[in-house]
Amino acid sequence: MKLLRMKPGHGEIVLAEGDVDVPEQERELIEAFRRELDAGMWAAVPTGSPGARREAELVKSFAEVPREAERVIFFPRAAGGALETDR
Amino acid sequence: MALGLGTAAILLVVLLWELARPTVKRALARGRLIWVQSRRPSGPAGYDPGRERRAEQRARVLLRSCIDERDWAMYRDLGFLRVWGTQRERGRGPGGHASYAYLIYPHKPLVAYVPQTGALLNEYCVAFPDNTRPYGSSRLPDSDDVLAKWMALAADERRLIADANMHLPGRQVDPARVRRDLTRLARWERERAAGDEHGSDRADGASERTADPRGADCADTLHA
Repeated sequence: MKLLRMKPGHGEIVLAEGDVDVPEQERELIEAFRRELDAGMWAAVPTGSPGARREAELVKSFAEVPREAERVIFFPRAAGGALETDR
Repeated sequence: MALGLGTAAILLVVLLWELARPTVKRALARGRLIWVQSRRPSGPAGYDPGRERRAEQRARVLLRSCIDERDWAMYRDLGFLRVWGTQRERGRGPGGHASYAYLIYPHKPLVAYVPQTGALLNEYCVAFPDNTRPYGSSRLPDSDDVLAKWMALAADERRLIADANMHLPGRQVDPARVRRDLTRLARWERERAAGDEHGSDRADGASERTADPRGADCADTLHA
């Protein structure tokens, strides 16, 4: 499983990567997951496979992440308004 | 005599200082600014078109890996995504069409509209600002912004819409542009459907159609 984070000026970065079936790696994934949530990020898990309908689900804890998920994508939480002039 | 010369020398120095003082102050301020800038970390700062282009390329790869092939083609060809309203199961109109849909533009509000008529409903202003501003801007690459909106809509439409600022159409996105885009979308879907038909003819009907049939139907009725 990979934890990715969208980043301005960069695209996504890999925060952590590991096998959830390996306790030590799972612990690292959980810690990285919590750090991002604590920083106010939203976490989404893209679902579906090529050929099937693609969807996504928002998760609020690592326990909600499907064990077979390959990626969790963190992105800043939504805020009302648009940033037209912010470049 | 010596006293007079001394006084004159002092007056001359004071006079010269008064004349030179603004220039000296400006030079000091400039030097201070240069010193402060040189003390800043040598990390990336400010807008760098090359860096932004590379970021956008990464974001496009990520977007492509997360959405349907058809949606990716739509974004690649038209520059926006169409997402059906998730309340469509309850809110289907006559003929089973989705009753509403959204257009997702990068760094623009979501535009809700009625696929059957092309009527614009609302704009939902929503942004995903990264306040850590790692490169001096809180703005995600365009395709990341689209992906964030797509994921949030797909996962929890109600929550996203609740977080957004709702406005009447035309507040930020020109309605004429949206209508043009809907026309482009209709044409794009017709061409794609025709391409799919040719493809399935060639494959003797064996090829799998990935297109959402509602899309072509809805788009056909948009500007009828």
